[in-house]
Amino acid sequence: MSAPVSPALLDTAPVLDIRGLRLRLPRTARPVLDGVDLTVSAGETVALVGESGSGKTLTSRSVLRLLPPGAVAEGRISVAGADVLTLTPRQLRTLRAGTAAMIFQDPRAAINPLRRIGDFLTESLRLNTKTPTAAAEARAGAMLEAVGLPPALLRRYPSQVSGGMLQRVMIAAALMGEPALLLADEATTALDVISQAEIVALLADLRTRFGTGLLFVTHDLGLAAALSDRVCVMYAGRIVESAPAGALFARPRHPYTAALLAATPRLDAPQGRLDAIEGQPPDLRTELTGCPFAPRCASATDVCFERTPAADAVPGDPAHLVSCHHGDRLEGSTGHA
Amino acid sequence: MNFVRFALRRVAEMAATLLGASFVIFGAMYLAPGNPASFLLSGRSASPETLRALNAQYHLDAPFAVRYARWLEQLLHGDFGRSITYRTDVSRLLADRLPATLLLVFMALVLVLVGGLVLGRIGAVRGGAVDSTILITTALAVGTPSFVAAVLLQGLFALRLHWFPAGGTGDGLGQLLWHLTLPALALALYLIGMLARVTRGAMLDVLGQEHVTVALSRGVPKRRVIGRHVFRNALGTVLTTGGLIVSTLLVCTVLVESAFGVGGIGQLLELSITTKDFPTVQAISLIMVGLFMAVNLVVDLLHPLVDPRVTYGSGRSIG
Amino acid sequence: MTAVVPLRRPGFARIRTAGAPLYLLCLTAVTLLVLAALLAPWLVPADPNAVDLGNALAGPSVGHPFGIDASGRDTLSRLLVGARTSLLGPLGVVAFSTLTGVVVGALAGWRGGWLDSVLSRSTELVFAFPGMLLAILIVSVYGEGLMAPVLALAVAYLPYVSRLTRSLVLAERERPYVSASLVQGQSGFQVCLRHVLPNIAPVVLAQSTINFGYALIDLAGLSFLGLGVPALTPDWGRMVFDGQTAVQEGYPLSAILPCAAIVLTVVAFNVVGEHWADRVARRDR
Repeated sequence: MSAPVSPALLDTAPVLDIRGLRLRLPRTARPVLDGVDLTVSAGETVALVGESGSGKTLTSRSVLRLLPPGAVAEGRISVAGADVLTLTPRQLRTLRAGTAAMIFQDPRAAINPLRRIGDFLTESLRLNTKTPTAAAEARAGAMLEAVGLPPALLRRYPSQVSGGMLQRVMIAAALMGEPALLLADEATTALDVISQAEIVALLADLRTRFGTGLLFVTHDLGLAAALSDRVCVMYAGRIVESAPAGALFARPRHPYTAALLAATPRLDAPQGRLDAIEGQPPDLRTELTGCPFAPRCASATDVCFERTPAADAVPGDPAHLVSCHHGDRLEGSTGHA
Repeated sequence: MNFVRFALRRVAEMAATLLGASFVIFGAMYLAPGNPASFLLSGRSASPETLRALNAQYHLDAPFAVRYARWLEQLLHGDFGRSITYRTDVSRLLADRLPATLLLVFMALVLVLVGGLVLGRIGAVRGGAVDSTILITTALAVGTPSFVAAVLLQGLFALRLHWFPAGGTGDGLGQLLWHLTLPALALALYLIGMLARVTRGAMLDVLGQEHVTVALSRGVPKRRVIGRHVFRNALGTVLTTGGLIVSTLLVCTVLVESAFGVGGIGQLLELSITTKDFPTVQAISLIMVGLFMAVNLVVDLLHPLVDPRVTYGSGRSIG
Repeated sequence: MTAVVPLRRPGFARIRTAGAPLYLLCLTAVTLLVLAALLAPWLVPADPNAVDLGNALAGPSVGHPFGIDASGRDTLSRLLVGARTSLLGPLGVVAFSTLTGVVVGALAGWRGGWLDSVLSRSTELVFAFPGMLLAILIVSVYGEGLMAPVLALAVAYLPYVSRLTRSLVLAERERPYVSASLVQGQSGFQVCLRHVLPNIAPVVLAQSTINFGYALIDLAGLSFLGLGVPALTPDWGRMVFDGQTAVQEGYPLSAILPCAAIVLTVVAFNVVGEHWADRVARRDR
């Protein structure tokens, strides 16, 4: 059921399609992911934005079935046609080695410090596709060049290379299996500003060059705006708003998105005061009824505490989905009102 | 290159420490109440021949520094002096008895490495009830001194069940191995527990590191991740216990060889202490310290091979 | 479609080490042992050195609950009185090595400079001697008595304590509160004594508790060899040695009991010490 989809199909079918993903962890009162729907098409970049603990990292890790011990997942995650949650271990390894690849937050922690960079790059390819070592190394050298690094790095150890370069190595490693889908989990957070900009430029460039879909997980709204076609905002394990990047930043419909934007410093409004969001995200140990953001929301009414809002398209803009009972109230606001 | 300079420096340091150790070992005799001659004889009837031998060996009439220098010079020529009890050269005694001890220590070392690494690895990877069982068993092993293990193993497997001989060394290599099995087990038990706990802890540390998740996320099979990433990375920590393992093995031969009547240098040391045969005590102490330091040197030289973050010269890990 | 996938990875679940019940059990064992040692003269059913050769190797009876050893002495009495020697020796080793080790380590860490390098060098020399070997050497010179092996082992254990203290002091000295106190006009000595040492004390104490077990093993080993403890004094290590005769005769009880006493005591001290160390480590995190 998991035969890799041919590249011709990728242009039409989504490379990642998550439907109703629900994830329960042991010793919690409610699912940590509660009905996540998410789609990434080939060549598209989708940003998944949220605070720490909102479930954005768990969502991206679920795509590779990298789940914490004791987790129970429901729903459907399909990557290039393969149903991730029902794959056999061998099929799962093939998926991880080829179709989908993840770039992690801290490259220093993500690469085994005791092995050469060449080993790291080629290991998965050699084990899963029986590629001869020489061919694998040649490909690794080519991938290093593709991310702007000299192939001589193959012989070096991670401790001999800077953090920014190491994140490029991480990206080269992700590209080794010609993936249809890249998952970048806070891939620039651990880097300094210059390296950050370089990595963002590199990711944008690779997307156009290799045509891969990219799910970009970040808490940085500015970065999401700069890089992505579409932005999904996550809160307490749900996607509360999803829209094309421009529309979302210009006309946020969900109060949480608006509040996030208001809390983000912007160069074009240097005098603007930053508004912190009052209150705390809901605790995983408590049950939730109604809208998870209601206790912190200024526009909340009785209905918000009683019924969970469904994701509805904004009138006149079918690509803009918002889960809010009062999604129409914020119309026309910019978040910096 | 770098390695040669590092190795030379470590050898020089080792020589310096060994010199210090030899001073302690030689000087110990002068801490004893009474004069050295009476201490060395300790109540034995002193025939003129014995006195002459003692004088020739220790130059008892010369000043301390001169005596120490001459003793050192003799050591460098492989001359450990004459045993007072056995009335032969100490070097001959050692040559007779060292092989049995080295074989015993080697057998125990193999048991420690295999048992400790395997148990530690199983505990870390399997978890659950298996891990708890290993934790409890190794806690008991770590609380069991080698002589207690010796007496219990001897009582059960030799005297009651008659599976193994109760003592001695037997004739021929096969017999020797057969006779040394229980002593080696007694010697190894504590260290198997220690090494298993160290290995388990180090592997759990590595298991919690992100690069393990990353390797799995790239489709590397779990079995290989455990072997090539987790276990391999834990070896650096395990290696640092190498010196402790060998020094414990060497010293505990005194107890285990005495309990099993194995004629090695451990038993010889015990006999020499009870008979106050100080030249022999000095020689064996020096050999044990020397072997221990040689192992430490090897561990230091190996460490950068196991962990490339440790460079020759810094001598310590940055991880 | 809904797919429920069991995602437990038992191998990757972190196992909680030494749970609290085990710790409490061991803490109780340690307390009982200390009490038994303190109250031994009033608890013993018989004179530990009284010899009744006619009853040698007799099994447990009302008058002798743990039987009689090969020399005709009451095993329970020897165990109880032996607890005194067997615990007093390690206590001396730990007390001496901890006190001097902390002073040496704190000086080396706080003052640094030539003092540090001199102390580090001498530490290395002592490290070259396994503790037992140093003790054997000293005992072979001084002969019988508990003092010589205790001092020898204390010297052998000192580097472990001083090295630990030194690294702790070095780490503590970098903390902001130290420079804050110094800026407020407290002397370095005061800061070290009133803030740094109390802060590192729990770690050192936990290590010393673990060292107690090792010292007990080493001292028991020495008396097993007939070194240190005088021949007639009841001592667990000596009892194991004496028990060998009984084992050969086929009556192993008088050997098994002191073996069990040693193992249980060492395990109890280890568990308690490791639990403390664990707790301190979690506090610091």
